[in-house]
Amino acid sequence: MNEFAGSQHIIEAIYLVASALFILSLKWMSSPTTARRGVWAGELGMLLAIAGTLLHGGIVDYKWIAVALVLGTIIGIPLGRVQMTAVPQRTALSHAFGALCVTLVGTAEFYLRTPDISRFMMAVLSMEVILGSLTFTGSLMAAGKLQEILPQRPLTYKGQNFVNFLLLGVALVIAVYLVLHPDARQLYPFMLVIALAFGVLLVIPIGGADMPTVISLLNAYAGLSAAAMGFVLNNKLLIVAGALDGSSGLILSVIMSKAMNRSFTNVLFGAFGQVQASAAAGAEAKPVKSATAEEAAAILSAANKVVVVPGYGMAVAQAQHKVRELYDALSKRGVDVRFAIHPVAGRMPGHMNVLLAEADIPYDRLMDMDDINGDFPQTDVALVIGANDVTNPAARSDASSPIYGMPILDVDKAHTVMVIKRGMSPGFAGIDNPLYYLDNTLMLFGDAKAFVGSIVRELTGTGHA
Amino acid sequence: MSSSTLINGLFIFMLAGFIGFEVIRRVSPLLHTPLMSLTNALDAIAVVGAIVLVGEHKSTLTAVLGTIAVVAATSNIVGGFLITDRMLKMFKSSRPASKS
Repeated sequence: MNEFAGSQHIIEAIYLVASALFILSLKWMSSPTTARRGVWAGELGMLLAIAGTLLHGGIVDYKWIAVALVLGTIIGIPLGRVQMTAVPQRTALSHAFGALCVTLVGTAEFYLRTPDISRFMMAVLSMEVILGSLTFTGSLMAAGKLQEILPQRPLTYKGQNFVNFLLLGVALVIAVYLVLHPDARQLYPFMLVIALAFGVLLVIPIGGADMPTVISLLNAYAGLSAAAMGFVLNNKLLIVAGALDGSSGLILSVIMSKAMNRSFTNVLFGAFGQVQASAAAGAEAKPVKSATAEEAAAILSAANKVVVVPGYGMAVAQAQHKVRELYDALSKRGVDVRFAIHPVAGRMPGHMNVLLAEADIPYDRLMDMDDINGDFPQTDVALVIGANDVTNPAARSDASSPIYGMPILDVDKAHTVMVIKRGMSPGFAGIDNPLYYLDNTLMLFGDAKAFVGSIVRELTGTGHA
Repeated sequence: MSSSTLINGLFIFMLAGFIGFEVIRRVSPLLHTPLMSLTNALDAIAVVGAIVLVGEHKSTLTAVLGTIAVVAATSNIVGGFLITDRMLKMFKSSRPASKS
């Protein structure tokens, strides 16, 4: 243990500084004005930690370290330059990479240390590897669904939960057996493969609307597996970073599950039993009122206060830049335009904020659900762009609705509601939205990007000609 | 690992967990996406374990596994910090009195 005592002390000191920088980095993320400083602190901490690690007395071969660092950088640069609309799948992919690293290191440590391994160490190592491998395949599945390589629809079959828990149970039994009999090394690959399979099966039944919760949960798993790796390697920096990442993922999971009215245990065990609204609602034709772009523009320009409610549909249609033009045109006419962001709008936490920021909309115009909900009764026009379930008043009033109890944006309380939508098909969860049949609702049928574009043309055409 | 290092580790884990909870609770929902990219990059600190594994070269298996692990973690570090910074650059406040 003490053969490299000299360099070991220096490394420990460097890790201490890096831990402090990591905590500062997250602290500075609390506000957009200091957030970039947070990134720099994180980068500095990371550089110090890697440089310090290279001093490690046991390292005899630097060649492959250099090759791997260069290769990782070459892969990392394009991953840092993806389109903003691709951020959810990029995030899922990076969870997969992080978990892959943890799993591989855990596997290597297993073969290095067994059979002379303490029971505690073997237990932590099993936890590291099981969490790491299920996060690896689970995140790959999530990334595939988000990139639409895999079907976004949830794939469910009878007894799914039973099969999943059985698999996890078997993996845990093997882990316990290995703790008691660490010389049974031939069992290790089975544990690994079962955990990998479990990750796939865990994410298969999850639909696109549940992705914000799943991504947060995988984030927490990735953090916890890294912390477990810190215990295995007796590396305090890793324990700190893993605990920070784990608590971050956990907090986001809780926020997301609250925003979808799911219980916390429901989230923890990944039982995202997709609400199957088999009663194919919306079949009976209820009357709706629709309007043209010209009429919509007239109503918007006569308004004092407008609240825009963006959803995943805006991201799909890549409409954020047109929305920005609408914001400019209305602001120029003295209309107060704000944006109401539901916590689970989009495919990951904060997804809408990033897209609107990309379109150069000032962040002080983006409001959280709790901050804006009280303002809807004083709002002249609520303009819903590509959002559905998060505006569904049935969540407040209809106890039989699958989304009953889910906190929603109270757009129906605005004087006029305008909904841009391709057609009358129900939303992702397959639930009919009574909002569309209200007296104060106007449906604007069309592609989000094209329709917002024509509203903007109407507004600027009459304004400047 | 002696039991005292185990206890030390658990103390560190517990304290860091609480700090993480208190600090991250304060992050505005506005920044939840960049927060996740940043914690992802920080989590890739696991690279230090992989680096030692490669450098010590105790067996071909561990060296190969370690090398792949370093590649995966490094791509997270580089990609994670890059995209977080790109996102944060986009968050701007209302420009002062830009009324034409």
